[in-house]
Order: sequence, then C-alpha cells, then structure tokens
Amino acid sequence: MSDVQIWTYILVALSFGLYIGIAIWSRAGSTKEFYVAGGGVSPLANGMATAADWMSAASFISMAGIISFAGYDGAVYLMGWTGGYVLLALLLAPYLRKFGKFTVPDFIGERYYSKTARVVAVICALIVSFTYVAGQMRGVGIVFSRYLEVDINTGVVIGMIIVLFYAVLGGMKGITYTQVAQYCVLIFAFMVPAIFISIQMTGNPVPQLGFGDTLSDGSGTYLLDKLDGLSEELGFAAYTDGSKSTIDVFAITLALMVGTAGLPHVIVRFFTVKRVRDARKSAGLALLFIAILYTTAPAVAVFARTNLIETVSGKEYDNMPEWFHRWEKTGLIGHEDKNGDGKIQYVASPEINELTVDRDIMVLANPEIADLPAWVIGLIAAGGLAAALSTAAGLLLVISSSVSHDLIKNVLKPDLSEKGELWAARLSAAVAVVVAGYFGINPPGFVAAVVALAFGLAAASFFPAIILGIFYKKMNSKGAISGMVVGLCLMLFYMLKFKFGIFDGGKDAVSGLQENWWFGVSPEGFGSIAMLVNFIVAIVVNMFTPEPPEAVQEIVENIRVPNQAGQAIEH
Amino acid sequence: MSEKQKKATAYWKENLRYLVILLFIWFLVSYGAGILFKDELNTIRLGGFKLGFWFVQQGAIYVFVILIFVYVRLMNKLDKKYGYNED
Repeated sequence: MSDVQIWTYILVALSFGLYIGIAIWSRAGSTKEFYVAGGGVSPLANGMATAADWMSAASFISMAGIISFAGYDGAVYLMGWTGGYVLLALLLAPYLRKFGKFTVPDFIGERYYSKTARVVAVICALIVSFTYVAGQMRGVGIVFSRYLEVDINTGVVIGMIIVLFYAVLGGMKGITYTQVAQYCVLIFAFMVPAIFISIQMTGNPVPQLGFGDTLSDGSGTYLLDKLDGLSEELGFAAYTDGSKSTIDVFAITLALMVGTAGLPHVIVRFFTVKRVRDARKSAGLALLFIAILYTTAPAVAVFARTNLIETVSGKEYDNMPEWFHRWEKTGLIGHEDKNGDGKIQYVASPEINELTVDRDIMVLANPEIADLPAWVIGLIAAGGLAAALSTAAGLLLVISSSVSHDLIKNVLKPDLSEKGELWAARLSAAVAVVVAGYFGINPPGFVAAVVALAFGLAAASFFPAIILGIFYKKMNSKGAISGMVVGLCLMLFYMLKFKFGIFDGGKDAVSGLQENWWFGVSPEGFGSIAMLVNFIVAIVVNMFTPEPPEAVQEIVENIRVPNQAGQAIEH
Repeated sequence: MSEKQKKATAYWKENLRYLVILLFIWFLVSYGAGILFKDELNTIRLGGFKLGFWFVQQGAIYVFVILIFVYVRLMNKLDKKYGYNED
C-alpha cells in the first residue's frame, strides 16, 4: 500500500469513528428531538450544521472543476448558491421559526388550512429530496472507489450503513451534531491543499487574494493574465470572459438562489434554534461558513487550470508525472495521440484536441498535480465523504419527516401516539436510506442532470407559496395550491422537453432543441420563469376566490413579530 | 385597531423598509455588478482582478455575508425598540 492510501484509510476511519461516537451520544428520545433536535441548538452549531447540510459532494468535489472549465460563467454557481442565503435570512427563516412547527409541509398545510395543500407540499418535498439524495450516495461510492480501491457499490453500501446508523438513531439531533463535525472535516480538507498551492504559485497564503496576485517566479505577471493568455493561445475563451448569454446567466443565477432558499432540508434547519433572533443569526453564520469554501473554490479553479495546462500542454506523453498515469487508469483523464508526435496537444478544437479531462479531477487530483505531501492527498477523501454524507443525512430526514409527520400523523392516522410516530419516523428514515442506496447503486441515467434541476423544482413550487404565506396576508389556499401545481408541472414539462428530449425522440434530439428555448433560457435557468408563473397564477386565482378565514390571518400577523417563539414549538 | 396591533403594524413597516433597502443592494452587487454591468466594470482593475470578474467570483459573496449581519443588527435593535426582544 502506498503512503497516500495509508493516510486515506487512517483519516477516513478516524472521521467515521467520530460520527458514530456522536450518534451514540446524541440519540433522539422524542419526536421533537427527532424532527428539530429539541429546538435548542445554538446559532453557532446550527450555522455549521447548515453549512455542511448545504455543501454536498457537488460543492466539494465538482464545483471548483466546473468553474475551472467555465471561467466567468462559473459565477452562476458561486452567486446562485450563496445569494439564496440572503433571501433565506431576510424573507423566510425568522418567520418560519416563529411559526415553529416541524416541517415545511407543516407550514404550508396550516397556513393554507388544507390537507390538499399539505399533500401537494409533501409531494414536492419528496421529488426534490429524492433526486438530490441519489446523487449524494453515488458521490460516496465514487470517493470510496477512487481512493480506497473498493468497488463503487461496496462504497455505497458502507455509506448507507453509516448514515442509517446516525439518522435512524439520532434523527435531527444526531444529524445536527455529526454535521458540525463534518463541517470541520470538510473545510479543513478543502482549505489545506488550497493554501499550500496558493503559496506555491503566488507566495500568498490566502487563496482568495492569491489568485489575483502576481506569480512567484518573479516575472511580475498576474496569474489571471497569464491564464487568460494561455487559454486564448489554445483557442479557449479568455478565462475571465464568459460564453453564456446574459439572459441565461441571469436566469440560472436567479433559479439557483431562489431554489436554495426553497430547499426543504435547508429551511428545516432553522426550526432547530431557540429564538427568532437565533434563526437570523444562524443564517448569517451559515453563509459565513459556506463563503469560506465558496470564495476559495474559484481560486482553486484558477490554480488547477493553470497547473494543468502548464504540466501537460505540448509536453511529451512519456515524460508525464506519475499522477497522470494513475488517473488515466480511472478514466478521469485520457490522451489519444491523434497526430502521432508523442506530445499531448490540449486545444479547444475537438478535431485536433488529444486530451480529455473530467472536471472532478481539478479537486481530486489537485494536491497530486501540485506535488503535495501524502497526508494532504488523504484528506480529500475524508472531506468528500463528509460533504456527501452530511447532505444525504439532511435530505433523508426531510423524507422521513414528510412521511411520518405529514402523511401518517396528519393525514392518514391522526390518533397515532408520540411513540408510534417516533417509530414511524425511524422506519421511514430506514426505508428512505435503502431506496437512496438503491439509486446510488443503480443510478438512473438522469441522476446527475436532475440534481441541478432539483433547484428549479424547489424554486417553482415552494418558494412562492411560502413567501406569499408570510408577506401577503390575504393569500388563500386555492391560489397557493394552483400556483404550486402549475409551477411544478411547468418546470417538469420544460425539463422533460429540453433536457431529456422526451417529446422529440430522446436524448439525441436535445442539442437541436436549444434554439427553441423559451426566451433563450436553458432548463437549468427555467426555474426562475416557472417561479414567476407560480406567483402570477397564485395571485390571479386568489382574486377570484374567497379570502382566508380570520384565524389564518391571525397566524400570519403572529409570525411577523418575534415574541415567544419558544412557546410556539410546545404545542 | 388596538394598541397592540398598531405596534405590530409599525414594526412590520419598518422591517419591510429594511428588506427593500438590503435586497436592493443584494440585487446591485450580484445581478448589477456581476452580470449586467460586468463589461463596463471589467475595464477597471483591482490588482490582478478585472472588477466585474472579481464581483461575481468574490465580491458579491462578501457583500451577501455582510448584508445578513447588518440585517441581524438592525432587527435586534428594532426588536428592542418595540419590546419584542426575547431575553
């Protein structure tokens, strides 16, 4: 076994031991502990837990790589996945905390005084969460297989057992405190290589400043200017310019922001703190913790891309460093010597380009490309697993509480005892883990594509219903339900038509449909349009139907002022 | 309208005013500086960064964090002013 593998085993085993220890220490004894960790989590702990909940395998492993190849266009993810927290902190978290129930469908069901509304919300929550969780389990499997050389499926099963253990045992309480630990692991694992490489390339220990600094070779050239130059030389667009249309960048950013604010596993985290002011504060802390990774990722993207071009472009294939051949075996990097000169030709034009690079390699192999010590390389696996497991656990909790609390307790079997509900919650968590694991082992071809669209679905369904529920006192149930149904269906339709080509002969037809995009907006950005349609439908239907009962309008007035949030959770 | 309701309405109005101002800044730094006016801003340089590029990949995120903490402060003050503080 190599040094890297030994370090990887040690670090992964240590972190897993930590999670299991925390799970045993924080078992849930009541439904309130299972759903919202007893409602007494400190803002600091909740901030970290929210950050880990939110940052998935995609944020940790893929994002820097996506930015690396997209340059300016990567902005949609950076701003989209952080800007949503401003909406969350200002427009949702404080009021939902004051409302003080367990789940998002809880709010929708009571605010719109209707079981139909609750069931519609449950369906939205399940669709969004399942599409998202399958991707996480797959991520766990991939990290295992690449670093520990076990089979992907074995990796998924190991991940399932770990999550099963602390989600079923500890519920939200167990999940919260493991997420705090997972945040520490993942941020450490992300920052250490970034700082090393930043010092190597620019002499600046702060990556956020380093990628705007001059190169450490004494030439006085700025790193970004050099990368722009290299990119254009090879026929790519300049790194700091984009290639997407302005309207599409605008639409995707908006859809991701609003989708972030509408994701049930993120919203539910704000039910776990004690007071309204804690909800506000922990949203700020969560974004601060997220921003540490999100402002480092674009720096990593620039370092990795420059390093990659400099190491491989125009060089002899036989002189490539060891990491190149190791990752070649995994299929993440590939070379085909088209002109037979023995050199690697890396250019934009697909006819003569000889190098294929998977974007994930920018984070996974980055420490090796920069020739960092073995323990730093081992950290990446532990960090990737922490990111994937924390998000998976948060999503599983949403799935289990939607089923046990919203469907079973509130719709099907209202006379269920507290104890019975707790067992129902545990059982549905267990079933959800198994289903998620199944999709992780047998991923339907569309999983990767759908994860990005989960945001569109959340934006198109939940966000308007919740916003109107808080800020528009006279909003009634018929308006909200029609809005949600129309928004969700429209988004699903657009996705199926333009992402999967279902109505035009399958996947192959997709690229030809691009010019038919409505308003030039891609399926990834369409969530923002579906959201607008949801708002319009809801308001129009509301005008022609009776206003909500007095008691409901009182609830709305009540959630707008912060007093006595502590009491609200007791009933 | 009772005294209690008047107080709640006045509190809500001030809250809404804060929201409009903060969300305007939110829009300005992300959609404004980062997307709509990025070409103009890119002619200005901040060390190695073109300014528009810096806003989308760094600046907007910093402003987001600051905005939330400003909101937390403003609202804590407002809670006190209206006697809604919980401690």
